[in-house]
Amino acid sequence: MDVLKKVPVREQEPLVRAHNFEEVCFGYNLEEAKAEASRCLTCKNPRCVEGCPVNVDIPGFIEKLKDGDAAAAYGVLSKYSALPAVCGRVCPQETQCEAKCIRGIKGEAVSIGKLERFAADTAREMGIKPEKNCTPTGKRVAVVGSGPSGLTCAGELAKAGVDETVFEALHEAGGVLVYGSPEFRLPKEKVVKPEVENVKSLGVKIETDVITGKSVTIDQLLDEEGFDAVFIGSGAGLPKFMNIPGEQANGVFSANEYLTRSNLMKAFREDYDTPIVAGKKVAVVGGGNVAMDAARTALRLGADVTIVYRRSEAELPARAEEVHHAKEEGIKFELLTNPTEILVDENGWVKGIRCIRMELGEPDASGRRSPVEVKGSEFDIDVDTVIMSLGTSPNPLIASTTDNLEVNRRGGIVINEETGMSSRPGVFAGGDAVTGAATVILAMGAGKKAAAGILDYLGIKKD
Amino acid sequence: MYKILRKEYLSPATVLMDVEAPRVAKHCLPGQFVIVRLDEKGERIPLTICDYDHEKGTVTIVFQGIGASTKMMMELEAGDAFADFVGPLGHYSELIDEPIEELRKKSILFVAGGVGTAPVYPQVKWLKEHGVDADVVLGARNKDLIILEDLLSKVAKNLYITTDDGSYMFKGNVNDRIKALVNEEGKHYDVVIAIGPMIMMKFVCLLTKELGIKTIVSMNPIMVDGTGMCGACRLVVGDKVKFACVDGPEFDGHLVDFDVAMKRMQQYKTEEGRAKLREIEGATHHGGCGNCN
Repeated sequence: MDVLKKVPVREQEPLVRAHNFEEVCFGYNLEEAKAEASRCLTCKNPRCVEGCPVNVDIPGFIEKLKDGDAAAAYGVLSKYSALPAVCGRVCPQETQCEAKCIRGIKGEAVSIGKLERFAADTAREMGIKPEKNCTPTGKRVAVVGSGPSGLTCAGELAKAGVDETVFEALHEAGGVLVYGSPEFRLPKEKVVKPEVENVKSLGVKIETDVITGKSVTIDQLLDEEGFDAVFIGSGAGLPKFMNIPGEQANGVFSANEYLTRSNLMKAFREDYDTPIVAGKKVAVVGGGNVAMDAARTALRLGADVTIVYRRSEAELPARAEEVHHAKEEGIKFELLTNPTEILVDENGWVKGIRCIRMELGEPDASGRRSPVEVKGSEFDIDVDTVIMSLGTSPNPLIASTTDNLEVNRRGGIVINEETGMSSRPGVFAGGDAVTGAATVILAMGAGKKAAAGILDYLGIKKD
Repeated sequence: MYKILRKEYLSPATVLMDVEAPRVAKHCLPGQFVIVRLDEKGERIPLTICDYDHEKGTVTIVFQGIGASTKMMMELEAGDAFADFVGPLGHYSELIDEPIEELRKKSILFVAGGVGTAPVYPQVKWLKEHGVDADVVLGARNKDLIILEDLLSKVAKNLYITTDDGSYMFKGNVNDRIKALVNEEGKHYDVVIAIGPMIMMKFVCLLTKELGIKTIVSMNPIMVDGTGMCGACRLVVGDKVKFACVDGPEFDGHLVDFDVAMKRMQQYKTEEGRAKLREIEGATHHGGCGNCN
């Protein structure tokens, strides 16, 4: 075994998985996990921990795996993260914990994500639940939204003896983990549901079909329903569009709609009633993780898929692993390309997408070189479906129905970065509702920070 | 689960149900809608609210069994339950925020078409309870498709019924009735609220623009989550993209691009759906509602 290299992880063959919704990555088995764990140097000053938004004791859990003790490894993980089986799959480890790994200086970083996944999956198969040993505090906190930030915040507070109720607008708990991430990347029955159940096993109650701001307001939660504080983790909101001609044509979808139909509403399964226009030739506009998810979903529904992105490969915001998987599966990339018009047939359906080539100019505010149009380089791509994956703006429902809740110009809730508290005392917020679309782990980090802020606000000391 | 307390057929293809949903009922106001899901594998179906009882915690819905899901929903009986019942969604009617004194000075006309009669009823009822008069034009293709006549006649100042085939009361479509009211019967209206099939709302808006009457419409595009996330329900209103679920469902009818909205409605229409409509509506089915052609 080459200690400089990661133990390779087994995956479904690209051309096989391109036609099914089964998980791409099989994960490590015990032998592989032990071998990979043995690569960890157990640094005295573990830099990987600094790279983790929820500061998991990474060397601590890997140490247990060196002996093959997945249950003990999970015991360490669950102290820090409510969703380790999710994080092991969808965190961008390559830019966080693994980016800081000392092993990465000379060779490849330790495969922290795959080890986390192994520990969490094995513990689940063994029926191990997260531990809770605290005394009830008599305090009640409402959490709005059961996505990564809400579940994390609720789990943290429950562990500190707070009586927790999570209000979820949709019919199923999990937020983006359920409606956004596709089955082949994050299995719902096998991974998401059990993680939600684990949070519930800490005593957290989840009420679905409650759309906060409409079914109940933040003020009513505080004044009428007797909650001592509220955490808003309502997630990302309305999809953005390009405002180019033809965008209202039939066959143009937001990635949110396309993914919600497939993931939450299970349009890909024949036993569900949800319709989806699968498309034969699909263009996905955008280069983030959501764009990769939409493209790979369309591919699995039988389409020929092209990703159209205005910058170059180096600037693709998606995780390298997702881009790599997409390419392996046969998704085409038109980089340095931007749509200028959606071509529409006489019945109002998409018949193509007109694009223009771009080149990179000066760096913009984000530090990325901004794309500039190459004059006269227009060309058409023949497609029948266009999926717009350009990000989202925060959902306006809560801000518009809560007095004195300060929002920034993009509609995100303004919070104190240290405590997570909004402009309203006792009302905290975190995740995409604050930052706009980001990652699962950043939302979890925000939920965890807000939980600490709430405990402090309620005068509860954590054991 | 959300229990059905009462079921009643308003016409062979239209059903009314009282559903126990305390959180929704507590906050309901006229103009809002709910999302209903039959069971674990059902679609999320947006339905307008026909009535509500804050005390009893019930919400009344009215729908037609057309798609696979709504047909299955029609099979439910009192005592059965829906898996999900979410709301109230969307903004309530803008009339509710107007000072009552101002409203009382206004001459208000509601135009209800087909199942669109259901969401008109709570608005007229609310106005009546607040001492505000409103007239209602209620149109359908034929007598059998007229719904809620009894209830509306109790709350409307004047109820004008019209049928396309003349099988009941006035013969003609809703526009014919509005024209007769304004041009021949000397009626004057300050505001029109039109709710019904998109094609009806489009033509009412063309007429009221001509007549110079401000018109509000309630849009019912395709939705998925209904909570402001997926963007399926987007509309073009005054050259801007709006989302019916969080910006609507009511909009200034003179600004709505109905042609775009009607095209978008067709995205998931299937041959089965069209066949069913022909079966229900028989010879009177002329595809005019824009829901299937």
